[in-house]
Amino acid sequence: MRRRWMAAVAITMASALSLSACGGDQAAEPTTGGGDAAKQVEVFSWWTGPGEADGLQAMKQIFEKQNPSFTFFDAAVAGGSGDKAKALLQSKLQADTPPDTFQGHAGAELQGYIKAGDLEELNSLYDELKLQDVFPAQLIDQISVDGKIYSVPVNIHRSNVLWFNPGVLKEAGVAGAPKTIEEFTAALQKVKAKGKIPLSIGSEWTVTHLLESVLLGSLGTDAYNALFKPGADWNSAEVTKALESFKTIMSYAGDPQDDWQPAAKQVADGEAAFNIMGDWAYGYFHNPPEGGLGKTSKTDFDWAPAPGTEGTYLWLSDSFTLPKGAKNRDGALAWLKVAASKEGQDAFNPKKGSIPARKDADQALYTDYLADALKDWSGDKLAGSIQHGVSVNQPWLASINEAVGLFLGTKDVAALQKALADAATANAQ
Amino acid sequence: MRRARTWLPGLLLVAPSIVAIGVFVYGMLGWNFRLAMTDEHDEVTEGKFVGLDNFISLWDQPRWHISVNHAIVFTIVFVLGALVLGWLLAFLMEKGIRGEGTFRAIYLFPMAISFVATGIVWRWLMNSGMDERAVGLNRLFDAIGLPQWQWFRDPDWGMAAMALPAVWQMSGYVMALFLAGFRGVPEELREAARVDGCTEWGVYRHVVLPLLRPVTLSALIILGHISLKVFDLIVAVSGKQIITDVPAVFMWVAVFDSHDPAKGATIASYIVLSVAIFVIPYLVWSVRKERRT
Repeated sequence: MRRRWMAAVAITMASALSLSACGGDQAAEPTTGGGDAAKQVEVFSWWTGPGEADGLQAMKQIFEKQNPSFTFFDAAVAGGSGDKAKALLQSKLQADTPPDTFQGHAGAELQGYIKAGDLEELNSLYDELKLQDVFPAQLIDQISVDGKIYSVPVNIHRSNVLWFNPGVLKEAGVAGAPKTIEEFTAALQKVKAKGKIPLSIGSEWTVTHLLESVLLGSLGTDAYNALFKPGADWNSAEVTKALESFKTIMSYAGDPQDDWQPAAKQVADGEAAFNIMGDWAYGYFHNPPEGGLGKTSKTDFDWAPAPGTEGTYLWLSDSFTLPKGAKNRDGALAWLKVAASKEGQDAFNPKKGSIPARKDADQALYTDYLADALKDWSGDKLAGSIQHGVSVNQPWLASINEAVGLFLGTKDVAALQKALADAATANAQ
Repeated sequence: MRRARTWLPGLLLVAPSIVAIGVFVYGMLGWNFRLAMTDEHDEVTEGKFVGLDNFISLWDQPRWHISVNHAIVFTIVFVLGALVLGWLLAFLMEKGIRGEGTFRAIYLFPMAISFVATGIVWRWLMNSGMDERAVGLNRLFDAIGLPQWQWFRDPDWGMAAMALPAVWQMSGYVMALFLAGFRGVPEELREAARVDGCTEWGVYRHVVLPLLRPVTLSALIILGHISLKVFDLIVAVSGKQIITDVPAVFMWVAVFDSHDPAKGATIASYIVLSVAIFVIPYLVWSVRKERRT
């Protein structure tokens, strides 16, 4: 009797164990499968769309040519601005099975990973490659945490770009791109009188994107940058004024579109006059129909710095990191060297539609909008984007997005300002 | 010894799933409730026990009220819509329509599609562009002279529109449930009613419908718990926007964007509790009923 009992328990335990063992095998397979794990470098990104995936391929070719002993493993997860990728990354980091290197927006977005001890600092790599000399000093300053740098910026995007349709502006009697917030609202009014959409918007995050340009345009660069320092005053009258302007501007917004592309398309198609979106929109406007709209720049669409922000580059940057416990640390370092190199950045950026973070890029490769951007990047003051992770960390950004989403329903400026101030108090450091 | 022989093989057979469910369902549930009662508001610090603080403070957040209201509107429209439409379809089938098998398959097909695929198609159908910008349903409505609508972007009734894809997807399933129920009603009972001078409508009203009550209840439970947990459909149609926020989407944002595990666990606990309100009375009722029979 007793022996039978023991056998029953044993069988049960064995089957339970073998069940869980199966699970373990399956989970481990994707990372070890497909060749020699030690030689493989798993590069985690969210570059799967047209342009960006091509840029990644170009960097991969340089990497494999320079490092014949390593193979590149593309662990990209689809989804704009990396929502889904970041969720998967979170579970990988918590399980202590990080990819060898992962993409993240340079700046405060990485704070959470740094605090959790997920990242290695890269100061020695910066010293070895003398990167302090080739990246702008202000950029180094804005991505440093207590003097330590945790990522290698590959590209620079600009957030404060006003895209407009010259034909619609002419028809409405607007002379050119508005230079101040006041001029902007006047222009919006003129377009509205003509029955076109004055300002196109997409889903809620594109409204936060608009908000950061309005804040910068209304407050000025220094006051904007000061908002993200500890003890910053989000309750000031200047912020109230900026948010009132934001409310006025939003009153001219068209029906929200599904995402930024349909909103940008309304400008390209002449249905809407203005759209404020990052400069990745250039590729969408300009590229041939497989990945873009095939429009001609300066006639079908045109650009200017967002109203009131001329002379300031509201920047964001994609960067690569070195996670602690990476299986192939040497391979990851080799990848970071390619990502930091002039050759790597000049291969990647023209395809992605961004400019290199390095100051010594080959100017001839960057034409049309990108030539403008490169010129402004070398001379402008810098301010960090909110929506794209430079100035605020992830919890802070989530609170701001929530406040903006609620504002869209209530149109209550006082509540928006209070929520923004609370978010700053809870998250600034 | 003999007694052991009767229950032991059965126990052995189910033991692995009891262990798996114990760990992966009830173990995780318990772990989630424990987490919800701590102040672990980031992934780094170890949380301390704070009792029900998180459960109370959630009600101070305007977003939570919005997402709860959305869930309620969605649930009412989805559950009623699917029940009524499913019942109607089953009723028509039961009247002996020609090619019944084909229709049944057509109405059941949507169930084979995932909510994500449904959501992507309906996102296009429910595009809020109007007049010359109209696509999808608004284009159709424009062409046949019906009023156009903002669909899920409507500030007041957006969530009712959001329930339409879910109704479309699940009403076929409800139809199958009801059809089985209809077929289970003995013909003699209907005959008896007709002999007693009952109208055809009266037969349904007084004989068939009361006998369908268990089926209706099962359908209600199944739809209700799907509805309260809804996540994939919302994300596929609209992403994580406040205008279509529901508790499950709020939970995702709390965990992966705000990096606040305790808050995420609190919302998850509320979702489980709200489903339990549906399911537990049903379980009690069915256990009692089985005992009686």
